[in-house]
Amino acid sequence: MSPKRRIWLSGSLVALFGVLAAGCGSDYVVFHPAGPVAQSELNLIVLSTIIVGVVIVLIWVLWAYVVWRFRDTPDNKAPYWPNWNHHPLLEVFVFVFAIGALVVVAIPTVHKTYVLDRIPARHPLVIDVTSLDYKWLFQYPKQHIATVNYFYMPTNHPVLFELTARSPLSAFWAPNLGGMEYAMPNRVLPLWLEATRTGVFRGRNANFTGIDFWRMTFMVHAVPNPVFSRWVSHVQAKRHPMTRAAWLRLLRPTVTPPLQYSSYPSWTFPQRPTEFTVKGLQYVPTKKP
Amino acid sequence: MDIKLWTLHLLKVLFPPQVLLPDIVAIDIGLTVATIVIGAYLTKTRKWGWLWHEWLTTVDHKKIGIMYLIAALIMLFRGGVDALMIRSQLIAPNAHFMGAQQYDEVFTTHGTVMIFFMAMPMIFALFNATIPLMIGARDVAFPRLNAISFWLFAFGAILLNISFSIGGSPSAGWMSYPPYSELLYNPGVGENYFLLSLQIAGIGTIATGINFLVTILRMRAPGMSLSKMPIFVWASLITSSLVLFAFPPLTVALGLTMLDRVFGASFFTLGHQGMPMMYVNLFWIFGHPEVYILVMPAFGVFSEVVPTFSRKALFGYEAMVGSLLAISFLSYGTWVHHFFEMGAGPTVNVFFGLSTMLIAIPTGVKMFNWIFTMWGGRIRLTVPMLWQLAFIPTFVVGGATGIMLAAVPGDYQYHNSYFLIAHFHNVILGGTVFGVLSGMYYWWPKMFGWNLNQRQGTWAFALFVGGFWLTFMPQYFLGFEGMTRRMATYPAGLGWTALNVWSTVGAFVMGAGFVVMVYNILWSRMHPDWDTTGDPWDGRTLEWSLPSPAPEYNFARIPVVRSRDEWWSMKQEGRTDEVKTSEATVRPIHMPRNTPMPIMLAAAFFVGAIGLIFGWFWMAILGGVGVVAALAYGSFADYSEIEIDAKKVLKTEAQLGRVES
Amino acid sequence: MSTTTTTTTLPPEFQDNLESIRIMGFWVFLTTDLVLFGSLFAVYVVFRSRVGLGPTPHQLFSMGPVLTETLILLTSSFTCSLSLYSARKNRVKGAISWLVVTLALGMSFVLLEIREFTTDVLNGHTWHQSAFLSGFFTLVGTHGSHVTVGIGWAIMLAIQLGMKGLTLTTRRKLYAFALYWHFLDIVWIFLFTVVYLSGIA
Repeated sequence: MSPKRRIWLSGSLVALFGVLAAGCGSDYVVFHPAGPVAQSELNLIVLSTIIVGVVIVLIWVLWAYVVWRFRDTPDNKAPYWPNWNHHPLLEVFVFVFAIGALVVVAIPTVHKTYVLDRIPARHPLVIDVTSLDYKWLFQYPKQHIATVNYFYMPTNHPVLFELTARSPLSAFWAPNLGGMEYAMPNRVLPLWLEATRTGVFRGRNANFTGIDFWRMTFMVHAVPNPVFSRWVSHVQAKRHPMTRAAWLRLLRPTVTPPLQYSSYPSWTFPQRPTEFTVKGLQYVPTKKP
Repeated sequence: MDIKLWTLHLLKVLFPPQVLLPDIVAIDIGLTVATIVIGAYLTKTRKWGWLWHEWLTTVDHKKIGIMYLIAALIMLFRGGVDALMIRSQLIAPNAHFMGAQQYDEVFTTHGTVMIFFMAMPMIFALFNATIPLMIGARDVAFPRLNAISFWLFAFGAILLNISFSIGGSPSAGWMSYPPYSELLYNPGVGENYFLLSLQIAGIGTIATGINFLVTILRMRAPGMSLSKMPIFVWASLITSSLVLFAFPPLTVALGLTMLDRVFGASFFTLGHQGMPMMYVNLFWIFGHPEVYILVMPAFGVFSEVVPTFSRKALFGYEAMVGSLLAISFLSYGTWVHHFFEMGAGPTVNVFFGLSTMLIAIPTGVKMFNWIFTMWGGRIRLTVPMLWQLAFIPTFVVGGATGIMLAAVPGDYQYHNSYFLIAHFHNVILGGTVFGVLSGMYYWWPKMFGWNLNQRQGTWAFALFVGGFWLTFMPQYFLGFEGMTRRMATYPAGLGWTALNVWSTVGAFVMGAGFVVMVYNILWSRMHPDWDTTGDPWDGRTLEWSLPSPAPEYNFARIPVVRSRDEWWSMKQEGRTDEVKTSEATVRPIHMPRNTPMPIMLAAAFFVGAIGLIFGWFWMAILGGVGVVAALAYGSFADYSEIEIDAKKVLKTEAQLGRVES
Repeated sequence: MSTTTTTTTLPPEFQDNLESIRIMGFWVFLTTDLVLFGSLFAVYVVFRSRVGLGPTPHQLFSMGPVLTETLILLTSSFTCSLSLYSARKNRVKGAISWLVVTLALGMSFVLLEIREFTTDVLNGHTWHQSAFLSGFFTLVGTHGSHVTVGIGWAIMLAIQLGMKGLTLTTRRKLYAFALYWHFLDIVWIFLFTVVYLSGIA
């Protein structure tokens, strides 16, 4: 290996480890789960990183060794076998090694994919989420209240989000709580999340929907159950219902500050959520007010 | 109608406000001046005839390869400038170097240009430049169709590139998901440009796929059985077959969106029971095999470069071919991994997650085989080999993060984040781009007859690879910080700034690498290092048995192949005289005749596309008539071959010192 | 470039290496066309039930004209074979006449289809109305436009046969045309089953 290459390589490695060390900061939202879904996803991320890390390091070491040992210099004492092109045992070993590494990642992948698809409680809090152009609308069908660009949820209680859109395909993502799910027009998709610690978490639209899509963020307030109930009563008491005019205003492609409504007309969310995948729960959507 | 009003209206359609931004106007003026200067130069030096007869009407695969290469480098420049604009915008929070609309247009053209108008032609440049030479053929199976492919690609590329100065650029992303790409959200002609330019280039790509599949299956020199083909030929064969099955779904996806937009159909619209999901499926049924269409030729290049510069036979030939085949089959069963979050259910997700992981097995086998090929060899650090050596550690990271993405619940967190961006740049740059650049440096002397300066090439390489790592490694971590793709800018206080700065610095280092590469090419053109032997690298396969560049008929005498690395065996066994011809054996050679039909056909497609884009149906019909006329002209032209008589062949070969006494 | 082998059992267009390579190229093209139709079929099958306010397949289709179209196209496939058969027997006139019959049948097929489409559109059932209608018109229309292209091809081929007689090239072109025509026939059989039969049932 030429000195130049070595400088580049070591430089990149130092940079890489520098970045890795910074990974402990709280800005790394994926590394700071606030609930079981995100935690479970993080565990899989860590496991798969370790496995592929081993493979990466192995190949890097082997590569560096080979490039150094068999370099073309007149005084190189390494053997030269111009016709060595087969070694059945080695080829089988590589094959088995690759399969083995994959199995270790594949088993928890399968397991977690199924587990995360089931809500672990019979009576989750339901929040209907609608992606509108450049804002998020959250509706609580049981509590009859609605908010825009922020919502409250009780801690230690699973929440079922029913996602739909009156905008192009959007993706609902609150990384501290768990991974994303698309909000699609003409469909309702479920996603369950749970917060096990209180806090205010950021969420955003992760799919491009137009010029202001990057401003389409929301705040998740995870609070203890009594606080949540108080907040609900507070909003209900505001006497600020979502009127037809307010709904039409929401449909305009604008960015709005956080809003709340003490009630909302039921036709603002699709009446028959279809194509649910929550098989473990056999979830039957509650009748909307 | 009042002519003045009509003109004003036309100007408003052709030049809406977004194409009147000062930077675009400046570029327009620059392009106009450049066109006039080039035109004046050609007129002054009386080179129009030369341009027409030698290049625009040629059907010679070697010249078509060169044209593909030049076009691809120009498109790499365009896509690269887009990338630098994106990175400049993201260097600081709340930056407004570009407006959001322009930012959207820039990332859309960046993706589209890089995939369809840079990577694809780069690959076809290598196919055209080498495949007939490697299999001992005098041309491809359908030389005229080959020229048609090139011109369809070229006019498709022109179409996409004029969009930013006439009518407005597309802005719905390179995947252009409906309903965002539909009229409701995306009025204007930009999206039409996207659909039609890809459609035209796509037809050309399918034709190339047919052409090289048949060429490789039917035109090989006697003795070259399938198991004696060089791996690059294998990779090209499998890539061609992937093209045949992957591109028709894209044709359908783009075509139906076009019908929605231009003719009011209801496929992917929100109303009338349209179903945007169907587009997403069709697009990725194309899109995932496309990834392997891009990377397999690179695998092929490396399988040629490693043995040559290790002076050693390729390790595990059968495993290499088998893994290429396995990847090509598996690539059709993985498309859902692009949208695990669209509610397909756990069983579907698990199936596609596991099928994606399976691809890592053949890819891993290939990785180890390249390393074992070097084991026991003598590694020469030439520029093509340096690209290969950078490929292994880079691509292994890209592949590894691919496995992480295939772990479904993990993907719920990575999807659409910068982790994903880092991953696919890691594999497409680290695989495809390193591969085609390796191939470019490797086959350059064969294509042009002179070699590129190795010292400058090493500098370009070092800057590009260093810049690459600096650009994309931070992006993995930006993903973990929750930054999503396509954000026009971002607020401060999220901790994203530092990593974005590094990434932008890296992008400019890569840009510097590209500039050095162009300098390298131009400098080497001025101070040519002539390749007089035809075999500058001590090569192993048949193309190195020819002079550089090869004469128009390639082989005066078609070789009879006896082993896998035929030219290497010839050299080892002292049989190199076998490539020479003699007065007794020389025969007249039939070669395809140049024809203006391909460029006329593609131009007719171009006119028709402009008509569809702006909804001027008379013009679309005019284009259609032009297409029919060009096809009819091609069908009736019967003098499609010329004969090079034996004397002329003998004279040419004698000048090259390839006649036995 | 061309080298000829001397296998006497093969028809002339296959004996010539270059022409037989071109025939293989055409087969490969048909494969891509098959994938194209496959994608359109997939779109249609998914969209079949998405009728919205428009008509259902059952309301839209009527068997009579479709059966006539089917019979015409099947017959044209037969006459196309007869044309190729005449060419193999070195009868130029027979080849041209049967080719003309084929293209006339093809034209009547296209005209019937245009009439069917026009009726639908005049009844207000444009493809704007529903995803199902979009899928239907596009799938059937793509087949129809393939037939139209085939007619244009047959016209040029007939002229060339008249001008040049049965050369290697015209023989190969006729063979490729026959492949294309039979391919469209097979696609139509699937169309007939998937679109019309299962739509009416």
